[in-house]
Amino acid sequence: MEDERSLSDICGGRLALHRRYYSPSCLEFCLSCPRISLRSITAVTCTVWLAAYGLFTLCENSMILSAAIFITLLGLLGYLHFVKIDHETLLIIDSLGIQMTSSYASGKESTTFIEMGKVKDVIINEAIYMQKVIYYLCILLKDPVEPHGISQVVPIFQSAKPRLDCLIEVYRSCQEILAHQKAASTSP
Amino acid sequence: MPRLLQLLWAQLSGPGMVLKAFFPTCCASADSGLLVGRWVPEQSSAVVLAVVHFPFIPVQVKELLAQVQQASQVGVAVLGTWCHRRQEPEESLGHFLEGLGTLFSHEPWLQLCRERGSKSWNCKATRRQGPTPLAPACEDQVMLIFYDQRKVLLSRLHPPAALPERQAGDATASAGGLAAVFDTVARSEVLFQSDRFDEGPVRLTHWQSEGVEASILVELAKRAAGPVCLLLACLLSLVSAASACRVFRPWPLSFIWSKLSTCEQLRHRLDQLTLVVSAHRAEGPAQLMRKANTLVSVLLDMALGLLLLSWLHRKDRFAHLAEALVPVADRVAEELQHLLQWLMGAPAGLKMNRALDQVLGRFFLYHIHLWISYIHLMSPFIEHILWHLGLSACLGLTVALSILSDIISLLTFHIYCFYVYGARLYSLKIHGLSSLWRLFRGKKWNVLRQRVDSCSYDLDQVWRAGIPPRTGEGCPNWHQAALFIGTLLFTILIFLLPTTALYYLVFTLLRLLVVTVQGLVHLLVDLINSLPLYSLGLRLCRPYRLAAGVKFRVLEHEAGRPLRLLMQINPLPFSHVVRTYRLPSCGCHPKHSWGSLCRKLFFGELIYPWRQRGDKQD
Repeated sequence: MEDERSLSDICGGRLALHRRYYSPSCLEFCLSCPRISLRSITAVTCTVWLAAYGLFTLCENSMILSAAIFITLLGLLGYLHFVKIDHETLLIIDSLGIQMTSSYASGKESTTFIEMGKVKDVIINEAIYMQKVIYYLCILLKDPVEPHGISQVVPIFQSAKPRLDCLIEVYRSCQEILAHQKAASTSP
Repeated sequence: MPRLLQLLWAQLSGPGMVLKAFFPTCCASADSGLLVGRWVPEQSSAVVLAVVHFPFIPVQVKELLAQVQQASQVGVAVLGTWCHRRQEPEESLGHFLEGLGTLFSHEPWLQLCRERGSKSWNCKATRRQGPTPLAPACEDQVMLIFYDQRKVLLSRLHPPAALPERQAGDATASAGGLAAVFDTVARSEVLFQSDRFDEGPVRLTHWQSEGVEASILVELAKRAAGPVCLLLACLLSLVSAASACRVFRPWPLSFIWSKLSTCEQLRHRLDQLTLVVSAHRAEGPAQLMRKANTLVSVLLDMALGLLLLSWLHRKDRFAHLAEALVPVADRVAEELQHLLQWLMGAPAGLKMNRALDQVLGRFFLYHIHLWISYIHLMSPFIEHILWHLGLSACLGLTVALSILSDIISLLTFHIYCFYVYGARLYSLKIHGLSSLWRLFRGKKWNVLRQRVDSCSYDLDQVWRAGIPPRTGEGCPNWHQAALFIGTLLFTILIFLLPTTALYYLVFTLLRLLVVTVQGLVHLLVDLINSLPLYSLGLRLCRPYRLAAGVKFRVLEHEAGRPLRLLMQINPLPFSHVVRTYRLPSCGCHPKHSWGSLCRKLFFGELIYPWRQRGDKQD
């Protein structure tokens, strides 16, 4: 089963939330940000090149122009490979764990898998971000030494930053699976 | 609606844990047979290790499993049946497979079945409720997880889980979660040793190595490695004994040894070589990795050194270098002379104290004159010295770089001297000024209490200094004189300060330049010394060997069939590789923070290059 909804992030940008039910014990949420727009690339490139051309007319050194081209290319590659995240996926598998994947615009994927044994809870938290208070979803990890302590807070959907309505939906689904997991582990 | 259905499903299925069956991808095309593996009850997961094919004799299978269990300390058992339907479903085979469940009893009994198409898999796990085989069976929810047996076998999880104690019997699972799966596969390596050409009593399908190609060279190298290592270890122990000899211990020599970075680098290299050729077998993978890293870094270092040496020897570059070195030193001295003459005039339009300026300038000029004559005395021998020092590059690039750093500090000795003189004068003035400033404000430093106290100076007495104090008052005569002289001195010092400060500033900048160059050379040496090249190469070519964890991919599945996941190895990021396997280096971290450096510079305390010996104080 699949469904898709269009949402907005905290700044009002568009987001799309795909939900896939593979089975009752396996759920996937995928948040897609809009792709990088041609307009912004063109604007940035034009600005850099015009500035370089301005400098060139002043100094009459053609090194500046080639340097500007290289800087633009490298900057674009770096931006696509390390900064721009296209999809963020949350895969929850009952009795196995929670997997977070972020796919960059260049196709690079970075994945983190957290075993269910280490997950203490999934919560919605508040944070001060720039000049506003935002909500975010995070995973609390158990402290291996002290059973009731929390060793780490892992934020989910860190780059997409969806609004609260989306977070609540994901949160409920996570809690259902976690409750099932807890019931299973307490009654062997 | 889907959520409702899901809730209903969850209610119906009860709070049983989902059964996870880890199945090796290499067995997916195997013929029908029995599933052999380990059952981990805490996580209700079944790790399938191999498939036993028909025909077999049950007793022989049990014997084989007992052997494996004894060798690997893993509770290997028959977990269920595997059925691969290539043609039309055969009814007889199904009954036969069910019958096997009574022969090899296991709870729960897995029944894995693959239809003709590659996508339709079926898996049932039955648990018998009662002791009798005819008791009603209940079925568990099953999840199929495919894994690559070879990669899981060879990979090493980071951070390493606590090593399970190898006790007798079946007591194993101390590692939790997926680490248990990795552990199981790694420890049942015995099972994978037979390859497909073995004609054993039991036919198995599992991951098989392609076979090891025997090469006579490799065999010879293996045979020779032991004696060679022993010989090298003897030689190294001789060298270290010689270096610890008492001849080198007396005061001036030991002082020089502690100051030269070449000696330090040589000592480090000796330690590295000792570690590599030591006869002790490496305990655990971490130490093995460290040995390999050290070996690769030493080899690379030596290769780079030899490259440098060959480059220097070609076209007789030593002579060119020596010819160029003396003019460069001359040039530097000349520039310094110009600088001093500029300082002795009116530098940047500043009006200095002429007398002090001349004195300082002449002193430094004389020093440079001495230095130039020293260099010219040395110049005939410089080529030979360079040639002999260049030979040390075959010990490695790091040694050559350390020698370069030492040469730089020797050749810029005059700058160092100027800096020291300037700094001493400047700090003297600063300290004098700070104490006189206290006197100026009517305070004084109380030595006993380690604090600043106020002190009453009778100002009237000072103004009428010529008049003798009235008797009987116990008037502090000494205080008046102190205040008078102190004020005078303070004025003199404050007027002389700009001249000294200018000299100090210029020579400090020169000194900082030299220190920065030396610091860069040391950073390069440290980089070569501490970079874990073997681990990085392993991460680059065999990413699965260093695993940070796993990642799962959901394979497409039909409704009503069990969920199928593909487990892949998540390789360790490069930054983590470097952080985990960093080799210990000589340890020259910047000793000063920026703040303390600026403070030291302001108060005229001496700064040294970053490399400082930790154990010896000078």
